[in-house]
This record gives sequence, structure tokens and C-alpha cells, in this order.
Amino acid sequence: MLVPVFLAVSLVIFMLVHLVPGDPIDNLLQIGSSPEQRAALVARYGLDQPLVVQYGVWLRQLLAGDLGDAIVLRQPVTELIAESLPHSLLLGGLAFVFSAVVGVLAGAVAASYRDSALDRGVMAFILLGSTLPSFWLGLLLMLVFAVQLEWLPVSGARSWSALVLPVLTIGLHGVALVARVTRAAMLDVGRRDFVLMLHAKGLSHSQIQWRHVLRHALLPVVTILSLRIGWIVGGAVTIEFVFARPGLGSLLITSINQRDYPVVQGCLLMLAMAVMLGTLLGDVVQAAMDPRVRDSLK
Amino acid sequence: MSAATAATIGTSPGRSAVVLALGRTLRTWRGGLSALCLLAVVAAALLAPWVAPYAYDAQNLQATNQAPTLAHWLGTDEFGRDVLSRIIVGARTSLAVAATAIGVSVLVGMSLGAAAGYFGGLFDRIVTAVVDLTWSFPEVLIALMFVALMGAGLQATMVAIAIAYLAQFARLTRAQVMGIKNETYVEAAVNLGAGHLHIVFRHLLPNAITPVIVAGMLAVGDAIILEATLGFFGLGVQPPQPSWGAMMSSGTAQIFLAPWTILGPGLAIALTVVSINLFGDALIEALDIRNRLRDS
Repeated sequence: MLVPVFLAVSLVIFMLVHLVPGDPIDNLLQIGSSPEQRAALVARYGLDQPLVVQYGVWLRQLLAGDLGDAIVLRQPVTELIAESLPHSLLLGGLAFVFSAVVGVLAGAVAASYRDSALDRGVMAFILLGSTLPSFWLGLLLMLVFAVQLEWLPVSGARSWSALVLPVLTIGLHGVALVARVTRAAMLDVGRRDFVLMLHAKGLSHSQIQWRHVLRHALLPVVTILSLRIGWIVGGAVTIEFVFARPGLGSLLITSINQRDYPVVQGCLLMLAMAVMLGTLLGDVVQAAMDPRVRDSLK
Repeated sequence: MSAATAATIGTSPGRSAVVLALGRTLRTWRGGLSALCLLAVVAAALLAPWVAPYAYDAQNLQATNQAPTLAHWLGTDEFGRDVLSRIIVGARTSLAVAATAIGVSVLVGMSLGAAAGYFGGLFDRIVTAVVDLTWSFPEVLIALMFVALMGAGLQATMVAIAIAYLAQFARLTRAQVMGIKNETYVEAAVNLGAGHLHIVFRHLLPNAITPVIVAGMLAVGDAIILEATLGFFGLGVQPPQPSWGAMMSSGTAQIFLAPWTILGPGLAIALTVVSINLFGDALIEALDIRNRLRDS
């Protein structure tokens, strides 16, 4: 399944970027260059070949781990991506862990103290967290914690403390989503017969909620997390730009602005791969967790 | 008796279930309040040239980066332009882009989804495959792909937003049509010799359309955020035309000097989007279609 999807995505990305009207060669030429100099440059980057040939060449190089050279930045695209990928992975990974852990905790607390002030507080936070635009949330956090209180750096990636605000910004959206699903799933599980049985056996409310109900409720949470992994990637793209952090998202947006095709292609391809691998990983984790899914695969 | 009158039997004559549900929505406090806020935003956008206290591009280099005062309620930006006026004029861009893009997206997505659900076969498999493929991708990534293709600007933003949400509407419509195409009234229409177009437009779409329209309304809120995000990246509407995202982007460079240039447009986005979500949510309750939205 992964191979045809990868081929389809790579073809779409290749076609898209090659239908672009603007021409990066124009950016490279010095003013007053002759048409011959232009033709030489076009030939050097292989832009005079038919599109099918260009795709074939691109795909062959791609499979060999060569994404071509950046036209504006004049560096191998693989190198540029290798420089930014660790930053993005770190940011996305931390944001993912933060949303999963805090989201499940918040949702579980809200569900086990249903209709209390605590529950209502969590629900209000969920509403705000899922509707406010993430980049504005990032700017607000920046205003409060970096500009006013001066606790944390405004932007960049020079220290670990610079990670706190970006992770919080992406994470708060995730926390809202995970908390909502956890709460709903726990309330749903709480109505089942085995919970009544546990009450009859005399277990305490918190024991039932945290040891039994939560474990059953985690399955839909994992499903949602694996389905929405792309949204962590999308969040990272936006938030990297807001906090001026190096990473795939920043690289992509800068390259779109400079019309640097090879870099745009490389970034889009990497981000698409991240989404696809993340979704696949989610399926695997789900199978590992649920004996019913595991058995149906055998 | 025509099909249209037959459809309204069971409700009071002349009023559809949707109109009744709208009335119920407006009477809840959430629905009423959010409708009022939305009305204010839309009115400000429509009447922008008359209600904006200053021209959106009127510079005053003697009064740059001023904090909110009585003359400038939300302060001025780095060129001394009134932030409130720019927010009001920017509302036009944001609302027009989001509403147009989602309108197109709903129309195209609905046609694709209805055709796929009704005819099935190879066409259905192709549409489903493409929809499933785009489904897992974040909208901002799809939009960036198309902005990369078309270059920054108003047109590219609209196309990018329309395409980013296409899969959602196609998927939803297909699920609705699949759910009702085997109903007896459709079978009856087929047996009476009705053509494909008649069945799709007179029997299937009228019964499938409500959840799609509500989903479209909610998507306008997401589209406003996506438009602002692209504007923030510098890929949306180009200056001097104001847009909420671009205003916040230039405000970021001034975050120490003039934080109000970020706060104002952000509040405008938050107010609009939260209102849309609250109203949509109240409407879903009133129409009782939460299950139909979740199924797809």
C-alpha cells in the first residue's frame, strides 16, 4: 500500500512544482545575460527535457537518495533537509508526547469528576484550544512569556528553553483534541456492564476510573492520534515559521517564496512521507494494543 | 402534486425543517449570541468604506506604532495606519476569500461525492482513492502545495483553500448518498422511469444536502484561519491590501514596539471563528444531525 501511495504523491508533487509559471532561472541570471547563457543554464539543470524524462530522472535520483541541488541556495537539497529534519522531528515529537500525556490526563480527570467545576474548566479549555488559530496562540504566548515576563527566548533554536513555547503552542491544540476524545470514550466505557460489576465488587471510584475504564478508553484515543498525525506535521510547519525556528516548515515556506523548485519538492516529499509513516505507525500501535485487531490480521 | 410540495408535508406549509431549526437555534443563548457577533462582523465587512474611521492605506509617519488612544482605538502600525480600520477592511478579504473558496469547494466536492456514491463502479473507486489519500494530509500542507504551484496572491489562496477542503465534502456527500440511495422512494422513482439526473437532483441531493451545508459553514471558520495562516507566511493577499494574517505577520517584527498590531487582528479572527463554531454547533443540535456528520 505504501509504495503506490508514495508513487502517486511523488508524481503529484513533481507535476505541481513543474507547472509553476515563475522561472527560477530568471533569479540566477545576471542582468544583461545573453539568451545563449540562459539556454546553457536551462540545459545544466535539465529543464529543457520533456516532463516525463525529467520525472524519470528525478525519481531515479530520489531512490538513490539524491534530491538534486537547490537553485537559489546552491547546496544539495538532501543536505538542506538533513540540517532541518532533526529540528522538526524534535519539535513534532515533543509536541506529540505533550499532547498525548497531558490530553489523556485532562480528559480522564474531566470524565471521572463529571459535571464538576474541574470538568467544566477542561471543557471550556477544549473549546478555546480547538478554535483559536494556532499561530495567534503562539504569538500570544510569545507576547506574555517572552516579551512581557522575559522568561523564555522570543524565537530561534539556540537553547532548549527556546523549545518550550513552540511545543506548548502545537501541544495545546493536541491536548484539546486528545482530552475531548478521552473524556467521551471514558464516559462511554463507564456505562458498560463490567463497570457496574466492578462497583458491585466494592472497588473505589478512582480505582475503577483509572485502572479499568481508562485502559479501555485508550483505544479510540490511539485511533484519533494516528489519524491526526498529519495535523502535528501541519502544526509544526506553521509554528516553526512563527517562532523563526530552523526546520522543514521554515525551509518550505522560504523556498516557495524564492521559487526554488528542488527544495520545495524535497520538503513537500519529506512532509508527505512523515504523514504517511505516522499514519502507518499509528495502525501498528493500534494492532499491538488491541488483541481483536491483532487476531484479525493473522 | 409536485415533488416539492410532497416533501414539505409533515411540517407547517411553506416552511422547511431547516428554517424551523434555524429559528430554534437563534432562540438558544449560544446560537443567538454567536449569530449577533457574526452579523456584526459581516456588516462591518460589507460597510467597511463607511464604518472604518480612517482609510486603510492612510499613512501618518508622525504617529507610527502608537498605543491605543481615543483617536485610534486599536493603535497604529509601523506606517502610522489605523489598526482598527485595517481590521475592518481586512474582514472583507478574509470573509470573501473563505466564503467563496468554501462555496466552490462544497459545489465541486458535493458533485464528485454524489456522482461517486450514486454511480459506484470505477469512478467511485477513483474518487474514494483520491479522497482517502488527501484525507490524512493536513489542509495547510495541501494549500501550500497549490500556492507553490500558482505563486502567492488572492487567486492562489482561494484555489488552495477550495482544494484543501474538497475531500471533506466529497466524502460526506458520498456517505449521505450511499445511505439513502437504496430507500424505497428512490426505487419507486426508478420504477416510474425517472432519469439519473432527476433522481440525483430531486431525490438524493435534497435529502443529503443539510449535513453538507452545515459542514461547509463550519469549514468557513477553518478557511478563515487557513487564509490568515497563508497571509502570515506572506503567501496570501499582497500589500497594501490589508488581510488579518499579513497584519499579524508585519506585527511580529514589531512585537516589542507595538504588540497591539498582533492582538487586534488576532482577536478579530478569534471572535469570527469562535462565533461560527458556536453557531454551527447549535445548528447541529437543532437539526439533530450529529450522527450523520460523524458517520463519514
